[in-house]
Amino acid sequence: MYKVKVYVTLRESVLDPQGAAVMNSLHSMSYQEVQDVRIGKFLELSIEKSDRDIDFLVKEMCEKLLANTVIEDYRYEVEEVVAL
Amino acid sequence: MKFAVIVFPGSNCDVDMFHAVKDELSAEAEYVWHTEGSLDGYDGILLPGGFSYGDYLRSGAIARFSNVMNEVIKAAEEGKPVLGVCNGFQILLEAGLLPGAMRRNKDLKFMCRTVQLKVENARTLFTSRYTEGEIIDIPIAHGEGNYYCDEETLEMLKENKQIVFTYHNENPNGSLADIAGITNERGNVLGMMPHPERAVDTLLGSADGLRLFQSIVKNWRESHVVNA
Repeated sequence: MYKVKVYVTLRESVLDPQGAAVMNSLHSMSYQEVQDVRIGKFLELSIEKSDRDIDFLVKEMCEKLLANTVIEDYRYEVEEVVAL
Repeated sequence: MKFAVIVFPGSNCDVDMFHAVKDELSAEAEYVWHTEGSLDGYDGILLPGGFSYGDYLRSGAIARFSNVMNEVIKAAEEGKPVLGVCNGFQILLEAGLLPGAMRRNKDLKFMCRTVQLKVENARTLFTSRYTEGEIIDIPIAHGEGNYYCDEETLEMLKENKQIVFTYHNENPNGSLADIAGITNERGNVLGMMPHPERAVDTLLGSADGLRLFQSIVKNWRESHVVNA
């Protein structure tokens, strides 16, 4: 079994209105140090082992559904979970 | 001319869309559930607004993989008119039938009011009953209508006259180049955030949306009916 963590964020070149609103709020709370806030999504997938390559599968899922690559970037981490 | 009004779980403008073509134009129309595997026999496809699949993940992202979408893509390739309004537009973007993507509105608010649109291209099968440059009143109702595409795509949209409607006077959602509606390159697929189906009778505040549906029917008659 694999535990896969997928992070989806708006591309750097795409303005993130939610992130901008959160940054304004942090500034008004006097956290002037904050330079940028990007809001994204975190997905955790449990994937059964099969004869299909895990990287291939996760990439395909990200490209097809989990991220919209017109405006979003994604990255992921694969962790192998040993059944007890 | 027979329309299919595609219904997804969470569609909520399907009845208005049906009313616009069936009652106002006396065209034939049927509701088609998202599980359907065929759109044979329909001459025009209408994707209504709403919150398909709760807009989970991204607006339109899950609806795009429903069974009927393969048929919508097929109909688009065959050159049949395909109109997506609001969530329907978002689904067409996710399906790759139109270029670009939607972001949250610039001030994060859900906007629900009538806005002014400028008809940028009156030579499409959806807009032939308007005049170029005409200003029309059509309501909007969306939280994610902030259209985005890269510069290269924007140039292509401009060059091919694919930008059909823009917001006039004010841009309610921050969309790139004030874009409210675009077609594909071939011109038979239109996606727009404003709701023409909610503006088909002066009793509703505006009848400016009616001519969009009339244009579709007129174009179809001219190309399909002998001695029209």
